[in-house]
Amino acid sequence: MYAFDYHRPDSLRKAASLAATVEDAKFLAGGHTLLPTMKQRLASPSALIDLNRVKELAGIELRGRTIVIGAMTRHASVEQSPEIQQALPALAELAHLIGDPQVRHRGTIGGSIANNDPAADYPAACVALGATIVTNKRKLAADEFFTGLFDTALEDGEIITKVVFPVASRAAYAKFRNPASRYALAGVFVAKRGSDIRVAVTGAGESGVFRLPEFEEALKKRFSPKSIEGLKVSPDGLIGDIHADPAYRAQLVAVMARRAVAKAAAR
Amino acid sequence: MNATGIGAAVRRKEDQRFITGKGQYTDDVNRAGQAYAAFVRSPHAHAEIRGIDTSAALAMPGVIAVLTGADLAADKIGGLICGWMIHSKDGSPMKAGAHPALAQGKVRYVGDHVAVVIAETALQARDAAEAVSVDYNVLPAVVDPAKVKGATAVHDVAPDNTVFSWQLGDKAGTDAAFASAAHVTRLDFINNRLVPNAIEPRAAVGDYDAGTDSFTLYTTSQNPHVARLVLSAFIGIAPENKLRVIAPDVGGGFGSKIFIYAEETVCVWAAKRVGRPVKWTADRTEAFLADAHGRDHVTRAELALDAKGKMLGLRVHTIANLGAYLSTFSSSVPTYLYAPLLSGQYDIPAIYAEVDGVYTNTAPVDAYRGAGRPEATFVVERLVEVAAREIGSDPVAFRKKNFVSKFPHQTPVIMNYDVGNYPAAMDKALELADYKGFARRKRESAKAGKLRGLGFSAYIEACGIAPSQAVGSLGAGVGLWESAEVRVNPTGSVEVLTGSHSHGQGHETTFAQLVSDRLGIGIDQVSVVHGDTDKVQFGMGTYGSRSGAVGMSAIVKALDKVIAKGRKVAAYVLEAAESDIEFKDGRFTVAGTDKGLAFGEVALQAYIAHKFSGQELEPGLKEGAFYDPTNFTFPAGVHICELEIDPDTGVARIDRWTAVDDFGTVINPMIVEGQVHGGIAQGVGQALLEGAHYDDEGQLVTASFMDYAMPRAGDLPSYTVGMTVTPCPSNPLGIKGCGEAGAIAAPPAVINAITDALGHEHVAMPATSQEIWRALQRMPTQMAAE
Repeated sequence: MYAFDYHRPDSLRKAASLAATVEDAKFLAGGHTLLPTMKQRLASPSALIDLNRVKELAGIELRGRTIVIGAMTRHASVEQSPEIQQALPALAELAHLIGDPQVRHRGTIGGSIANNDPAADYPAACVALGATIVTNKRKLAADEFFTGLFDTALEDGEIITKVVFPVASRAAYAKFRNPASRYALAGVFVAKRGSDIRVAVTGAGESGVFRLPEFEEALKKRFSPKSIEGLKVSPDGLIGDIHADPAYRAQLVAVMARRAVAKAAAR
Repeated sequence: MNATGIGAAVRRKEDQRFITGKGQYTDDVNRAGQAYAAFVRSPHAHAEIRGIDTSAALAMPGVIAVLTGADLAADKIGGLICGWMIHSKDGSPMKAGAHPALAQGKVRYVGDHVAVVIAETALQARDAAEAVSVDYNVLPAVVDPAKVKGATAVHDVAPDNTVFSWQLGDKAGTDAAFASAAHVTRLDFINNRLVPNAIEPRAAVGDYDAGTDSFTLYTTSQNPHVARLVLSAFIGIAPENKLRVIAPDVGGGFGSKIFIYAEETVCVWAAKRVGRPVKWTADRTEAFLADAHGRDHVTRAELALDAKGKMLGLRVHTIANLGAYLSTFSSSVPTYLYAPLLSGQYDIPAIYAEVDGVYTNTAPVDAYRGAGRPEATFVVERLVEVAAREIGSDPVAFRKKNFVSKFPHQTPVIMNYDVGNYPAAMDKALELADYKGFARRKRESAKAGKLRGLGFSAYIEACGIAPSQAVGSLGAGVGLWESAEVRVNPTGSVEVLTGSHSHGQGHETTFAQLVSDRLGIGIDQVSVVHGDTDKVQFGMGTYGSRSGAVGMSAIVKALDKVIAKGRKVAAYVLEAAESDIEFKDGRFTVAGTDKGLAFGEVALQAYIAHKFSGQELEPGLKEGAFYDPTNFTFPAGVHICELEIDPDTGVARIDRWTAVDDFGTVINPMIVEGQVHGGIAQGVGQALLEGAHYDDEGQLVTASFMDYAMPRAGDLPSYTVGMTVTPCPSNPLGIKGCGEAGAIAAPPAVINAITDALGHEHVAMPATSQEIWRALQRMPTQMAAE
């Protein structure tokens, strides 16, 4: 790790003003991607702005038919939240499948989606549920937020403050874990909100999270795993690495989609 | 049975300090004035070094020195050695290229040590190491061991990249057996390369005392005396009396800490050069890149059967990837630790093995838990399983028909099996595994859309590698005995000094149990001292599951001497004839009387010497012994793996694991069971998850835990562990050794189970879900649908 300046603001206003004045600064949330990268000397920001003392950024709230999750809320809090387990159990399950207990007690939802790792879990939930990502400047629909591999619509110095998830009547997440890293080799989040059915895939796409329109159309006719039983996923545009080549990932995506639908349909 | 003696499942004495963070590892050692080393490592798999510019690094804050191979050469520091000479078929000695501790003219793998920066802090050293500018002329790299011929030579001494072309066994006899065979089973496979991944990374602290002109090296070693011998006699750091090597608590080794590496050599040498203690601790990336890896064989194997299903012959050709340099014992692993085990548990009249050891531009490969025996067991047990399937025989019946049944049994490949009962282990394993219920479980799995399979592994291994004369005749540069010293204090407590070394095995407990058993004192009164060349005179260290069979046998000899002397002391004190003194349950008594002394009282009498002053008997109670075994020991057993495959994803979930092992006498069943558990976990890791992967340019793709998959608790079932016991006749305790058995037995059991489920001849290791899914795609559709 190279030397860097460390700032620890206790309010969103101070964090934003530091970001505007400190050059080459990075926000530190859970730090699970940033700190290892810095330790390996692959990243060398000249300053870190630690958001862990910004209390207004953490917390979970059920507001009517939406769940509002503060950006600095830990995965473990989402996993264990009675409100989420009741209103949107699929999201609690997703949080439970992230990393290991240490990761879940440190990692945050805001950090995860700001990083937009193509194998992270939350992007699939955001896109499938049609979440709104709220920043200190504006509100962004999930479809506009995730713009590519490790890339988002966030501008320099912009801070995610919360993520607003509409509650779905039926939803589920099925994940096939990378045997080494425990990230998703293929993760599929399925959500049904009224007539709107979305199937979002993470871990598999070369450009990050994506949807499966063919699967969505089939499920609109009947929300059942049978509706998508014969459907295949094209390996084009899928990630290939030593753990899974595009053909195998395509298979896993289709299988995870069926499992997610089966679980959601049973709810 | 004594409550803390042989056979008692005593809790491990050392765990209190380990689990409360009180262990003292090499990285916990800090010397006054200590500086820190960081290594400049090659980013290329193969390159000439045109020049090294250290000026920018030298100008950086805190930098004390930047040293290169030229400085080593100027100080006449020799290169690292390989301590086992292998001769090729044509009689020529193996082609060992020079292995300097800092590169001289060339780098040969990614991670190869080019230069070292010594600085006031570890971070300053790292920063400056990045500023060392090396001018490389990149050369083509050879990575695939099967394609080394014609590739750019890694070492000039081996133009075709072949270190040796070695053979064992009777070629003509074996060829004749194959010519007469009714059936021949053939298999081609790769035994995958593994990264050891001990929890504690390697580390070293070199210290030099100018007042006495002597060195101390603290290091993560499984065998500190061998390290001192090599550093002194071959590398030329200092004479042995001027070099102390201390291996304090060591957090796992699995073989990777047997070897004498560049980093500790440089730390101890540089300590004198810069006049400061020098510390280095590997980070995890360095461990992946530069610890000696394990396995990496490319093998073609054949088994010949007669018309009745009796084995006639076994023929094996293996290419063993030795990496870019010959590590300390690398040449012995794919030769004498491999081919002599190719008879397995079977009576095979003719065996012939050829092994080509080759250089590639990858990290050196050396012993890793099992060292040669897992590779041999994989050959034998995969061949046997496939042969049984091919001839339509039940795999149990086929094995039983061919088991060695009379002992001693001389195999065609050196080994003389002393004792065993192979059908007994098989029968017990079948019962514990509920083999009879397998067909029902398979049907139930099928109903749920899953493919269930069962695989056997009837392994044998050889531990306590010995005797010295025999290993010397096979090329070993050292003898393989062990030493012990038993120091009885005046109040009757005991220190046992051993030349073996504990890095997770629990010697502080098991060795104390032996003393408790023999002397009739509690284990709390016994301390085990190891890992310091100034305390223990000499020893060979711990590897090859040798510490019980060899190390404890040396302690037995020394204890016998202590008891013999105690008898003499007691005779004087009790005023009886020595021949009338009996020793039992911690008391010396005069036969036929109630006169007697406790062990502690005799110890005190030995030191005050009031009763025999001026006599021939010397005061004190301290005895030493060296023990050289008469044979290897032969642990053997049967492991059964039962698993279920999800055809949609290719995931193999191990449902049941049954292990029945014959380790001879067991000192502490809890510790032995723990060794079995850990061994199976590592074996399952090799079979399902682990694989070091280099790309075509020689970059290690799996250089972190993000890509290198280690087995986790969730990947493993609860094991059913049983034992059979045939005491080993070649050592006084009847011990065979248990440290590696699980890692040896497990891989073929897993692959046999997967191929049983799939109906396939072979699935490569690691049999990841992707590998299994691909195999499923090759299956005839009716089987997939079954």
